[in-house]
Amino acid sequence: MRRRNWFLFSALCFGFAFLYGPILSLIIYSFNASRLVTVWGGFSTRWYGELFRDPQIIDAALLSLRIGAVNATFAVALGTLAGLAITRFGRFRGRMLFTGMIAAPLVMPEVITGLSLLLLFVTLESVVGWPSGRGVTTITIAHITFSMAYVAVIVQSRLSSLDGSLEEAALDLGARPWKVFLVITLPIIAPALVAGWLLAFTLSLDDLVIASFVSGPGASTLPMVVFSKVRLGVSPDVNALATIIVLIVSLAVVVSGWLMIRSERRRERDVQEALAGRS
Amino acid sequence: MSQATGGGSSTSWQQPDTPPFLRIEGVVKRFGDFVAVDGVSLDIYRKELFCLLGGSGCGKTTLLRMLAGFEQPSEGHIYLDGSDMTDAPPYERPVNMMFQSYALFPHMTVAGNVAFGLKQDRVPAPEIKRRVTEALDLVQLGPFAKRKPHQLSGGQRQRVALARCLIKRPKLLLLDEPLAALDKKLREQTQFELMTIQEEVGITFIVVTHDQEEAMSLSTRIAVMDRGQIAQVGTPTEIYEYPRTRFTADFIGSINFFDGKVTGREGEALTVDVPVLGISLQVRSEIELPPGREVCVAVRPEKISISREPLDLPNVLRGKVRDLGYLGNLSVYRVELDGGRLVKVSTANTLHSTEREVDWDDMVYLGWRSSAALVLSE
Repeated sequence: MRRRNWFLFSALCFGFAFLYGPILSLIIYSFNASRLVTVWGGFSTRWYGELFRDPQIIDAALLSLRIGAVNATFAVALGTLAGLAITRFGRFRGRMLFTGMIAAPLVMPEVITGLSLLLLFVTLESVVGWPSGRGVTTITIAHITFSMAYVAVIVQSRLSSLDGSLEEAALDLGARPWKVFLVITLPIIAPALVAGWLLAFTLSLDDLVIASFVSGPGASTLPMVVFSKVRLGVSPDVNALATIIVLIVSLAVVVSGWLMIRSERRRERDVQEALAGRS
Repeated sequence: MSQATGGGSSTSWQQPDTPPFLRIEGVVKRFGDFVAVDGVSLDIYRKELFCLLGGSGCGKTTLLRMLAGFEQPSEGHIYLDGSDMTDAPPYERPVNMMFQSYALFPHMTVAGNVAFGLKQDRVPAPEIKRRVTEALDLVQLGPFAKRKPHQLSGGQRQRVALARCLIKRPKLLLLDEPLAALDKKLREQTQFELMTIQEEVGITFIVVTHDQEEAMSLSTRIAVMDRGQIAQVGTPTEIYEYPRTRFTADFIGSINFFDGKVTGREGEALTVDVPVLGISLQVRSEIELPPGREVCVAVRPEKISISREPLDLPNVLRGKVRDLGYLGNLSVYRVELDGGRLVKVSTANTLHSTEREVDWDDMVYLGWRSSAALVLSE
């Protein structure tokens, strides 16, 4: 019994080390005083200071945050509509196809998504003259197209577990359909919307491949700047930047996960109390 | 329709000149090829507590949903208090519904749930407050106003749902299996509460249920539904004592059927020859049926006397007790006749005794009056 525990314990440690060792070393070396990335020269926060004095990085970071926020907002709006259509529209011809197509961007290789969007933007520009050139707008649109799929899946799973008679009860009590959506449906699925927003934001912040395809001159997101910097050799300030990104991303993931789990638990508790109340 | 008047009370549905409050006229509902409701016409009067009774899939819930406005009839019309509301959306009908799942809004308090309907009508806040308090007092939930639905028991939730529907003072209240989610003890108590509240507020109730006992004890009238159609409409007594079809007789309570042929009439009673029993049965009937007509004689178990001594009754059978069930207030027997046919008999246990008069494997006589049985020709 004890031996098996030791085996499992070491497996666990090995797994964690494999997953988080590189990130941990990155975080540690971001506090390295030495200019050489692989030589420890004592503790220092000078690279963080230097990072905040680098206008290229600051601009790219602000751009990424802006794209991320706009993308997440649009993705939540469109993804919610898609999720509503799947769960509430009833059976329509090609519903399975629509559901499958909503989920397709989740598994589509990024290179293909990026390439196809680039072709689309180029064609659009030559046919209707919009979007003129590639830059922030095209990156944002590209990000919305794939992150709304994630939001749609999250919203759909929440909506399908929602009791349809709640909406009917509201209609019955005199609320018009639009009002029902605002005061009944939205508040109940709100945790899923927040989780979807955070997820879409993180996805946009992370993306390098698609952004590289559809970006134009003067519009470099943070991952693009980091990638080009590293090609000239890893400098310690990139470590500092990466540490900050890891912090932001893990915070977003933890918060969205916590929101989902909390609402799930609350629902389970409600169900159990309902059953207990009956017996 | 034959309307046997029960008692001396003159209620509106028994007076021929009263106009109906709710008129359902030839309503049909199809879902693709499936016909859920097949040409239902019903007149329901003011202040009735009307039950739609039937097994699952008989169309009772679909009919209720059409009254609420969640489904559109494929054919037919629905008139409420003189105005056509066949195509009105649910939010424009003076009708409220209590859902089987109660459908309480989980993100609102009890008071918030109850106030919801009035807020939609833009009723001024002080009046909302007053009426919410009133409604919660009516269902005895005053102290629970600030709780969320998940902090309530099943019975309390049911009462919140009721208060939420009643507060808008609808012309018609629809209740979908209102007691199904409660346990037996609570159900009986709630049943009487529901009747008291209905009398107090004076609103017409339409209750959908699959539970015949619930329907019998709650309602002023019952419509028994079968495969999308109305099998029979009547007061609980009429439905139980004078079922018109085999389906209704079988669906409500338990009953013994004997198939036979009419041979003649002796005074008030018809003579029906039943080949399985090898004898003729005497059944009182006002309807004249020609000799040779195939009919079915139906007798309720509690109307049959059982004894070890010969009985002086017009219809007597002889058999052996095969099964005996003691239910506390009742004893239920299954008696095998000479031909192998089983007959259900039940007697009230009026004597406090551990000694039974009739026991397993006893040879017994079964008998009933000619007025205790029914002739069903459908």
